[in-house]
Amino acid sequence: MLYREAGQFRTSYAADQQLLPIRQDRILMAVLLAVAFVGVPLFASDYWLTALLTPFLVFALAALGLNILTGYAGQLSLGTAAFMAVGAFAAYNFQLRVPGMPILGSFVLGGLTAAVVGVAFGLPSLRIKGFYLAVATLAAQFFIPWLLVKVPWFTNNSSSGVITSQPIVILGYVFDTPGSKYLLVLAIVALMALAAKNLVRSRIGRAWMAVRDMDVAAEVIGIRIMRTKLIAFAVSSFYCGVAGALYAYAYLGSVEPDGFNLDLSFRILFMIIIGGVGSILGSFLGAAFITLLPIFLDVLLVDGALALGLNLPSGATSMVQLVVFGALIIFFLIVEPHGLARLWQIGKEKLRLWPFPY
Amino acid sequence: MQFFFEVLIGGLLAGVMYSLVALGFVLIYKASGVFNFAQGAMVFFAALTFVGVQEKTGLPFWAVLPITLAVMVLLGILTERIVLRPLVNQPQITLFMATIGLAFFIEGLAQLIWGTEVRRLDLGIQDEPIAVMMDNFDMMVSSFDVTAAVVAGVLVAVLAVFFNKTRIGRALRAVADDHQAALAVGIPLKQIWAIVWSVAGFVALVAGLLWGARNGVQFALTFVALKALPVLILGGFESILGAIVGGLIIGAAEKLAEVYLGPMVGGGIEGWFAYMLALLFLLVRPEGLFGERRIDRV
Repeated sequence: MLYREAGQFRTSYAADQQLLPIRQDRILMAVLLAVAFVGVPLFASDYWLTALLTPFLVFALAALGLNILTGYAGQLSLGTAAFMAVGAFAAYNFQLRVPGMPILGSFVLGGLTAAVVGVAFGLPSLRIKGFYLAVATLAAQFFIPWLLVKVPWFTNNSSSGVITSQPIVILGYVFDTPGSKYLLVLAIVALMALAAKNLVRSRIGRAWMAVRDMDVAAEVIGIRIMRTKLIAFAVSSFYCGVAGALYAYAYLGSVEPDGFNLDLSFRILFMIIIGGVGSILGSFLGAAFITLLPIFLDVLLVDGALALGLNLPSGATSMVQLVVFGALIIFFLIVEPHGLARLWQIGKEKLRLWPFPY
Repeated sequence: MQFFFEVLIGGLLAGVMYSLVALGFVLIYKASGVFNFAQGAMVFFAALTFVGVQEKTGLPFWAVLPITLAVMVLLGILTERIVLRPLVNQPQITLFMATIGLAFFIEGLAQLIWGTEVRRLDLGIQDEPIAVMMDNFDMMVSSFDVTAAVVAGVLVAVLAVFFNKTRIGRALRAVADDHQAALAVGIPLKQIWAIVWSVAGFVALVAGLLWGARNGVQFALTFVALKALPVLILGGFESILGAIVGGLIIGAAEKLAEVYLGPMVGGGIEGWFAYMLALLFLLVRPEGLFGERRIDRV
């Protein structure tokens, strides 16, 4: 009853092409943004901000990056964490070595560095595809952390390889509380998500999808495959790089190269599979799901064991996590290959017709 | 020169281990076109199950082996039934991601059942230099590695006979060639896939036992199995011979690079050298040494 577009006429091209053509969607989005920007910082505790919301946003941004590459351009990557590492360490070095460098400038330059590295490792995609490409990105995944450890310059000669991020200062204001860091990350993620949403419906986004769906056909209609793929790698790595910088600066504070391991790459891949491959919304849903699930499982297992009087072996929860993650991936791939985003879409369709079945 | 050969032989023998894991990949890829990322997890699962059963029951080696084999066959059949059958006709990339999920599932399950600590696996093979080689050539060649190489050789021979001479083997090759045609001449596709997954489970068991005896049964086994990817790139995805040759090349190149190039850049290059080698190889010859030239040119 509430969600219906009857009576909403689009009388101009601008109205027809806007991101959220239905008024109810616009209201929902406005409420969501208001809650995220105003409500959450007012009411959420520091634990919520540091342990849940900030990592959720950072992972959502990384998932967005991977989704651009895998979901839209169809190039599977297992090296997301490596590109995040490049972003984090590049931002750190720009901040450290360039006097008077604004922090946002460091983030952008970190992202651009990651983009350059991403294009370099994306070069094999011009000749190969599918899981052959997975091996190429796997090479990045093992090579980059090794390089960051082996060359002391990258970590500013830190003996353990751990870098501690500089304080975030923008125009004299220090972002040091969980709330302010959260707001900074939220602003960046919201902006970049908006950019991504527009990018994927632009000429280049449509070219990505054409290449993903059938590269020969795309070539025939005049899309330059090489350029399209490399742009996908560059944009995706840029997003991952910025996510990596935020991961280091706003979430953890100090990171080491080995923290950006294959596990992290897989976790981000799982986010887009569960959230929805080829969907901006899906990146957020998947990131939320994968961030919340371990906490939920922890609570469930510990309480469940207490209630049943069982004695859980140490590390059992992390094993159960592996099993649940694996099972969920398979479940989603079989039952709903388009993930949570598709479920959301189906829900909206149903809501439009409610209370009638069709 | 002495030292060079010693490193080379050590690398080749280590490569045999990679080949064993890569074999499992090739078998499944050939028959069903699925790139089974979970092969490494299966190796780990097999080794852990073997050690676990041995510890729980105290049975001798020859009694535990069939039990573990039965478990692996069951795992293979269940995988085919539950994971892959519903995903038939999906794009390869989806199947690949499904096997990543499967890998996580199996790793978690194995450790949930048998615990997370590192186990020792004793096959009763001595891991010491062979005296003959020591005396005559002054080279250190581990008898364990040689045994592993012999086992791998026997395994490949058995598989070759199985594929070329038996009825099931011919059916397998027919399925690999063309699913539709195989179905049309009355080959039971589902049974064939179940068999392939069982055979892959068997290969995983052999690899798991050898790797486990060498390095201890631990989670790191799954990472070793990732090395099978560059092996396959080098050898080609469809070729058993390619898996063997690729494994030997990767093993040898990796060890030689570690010894001769490693000191120049600070060591530890074993972790990524194989992947970079594969990456360069992809640019030159994407179908691998022995693969079919079927890869779509982009």
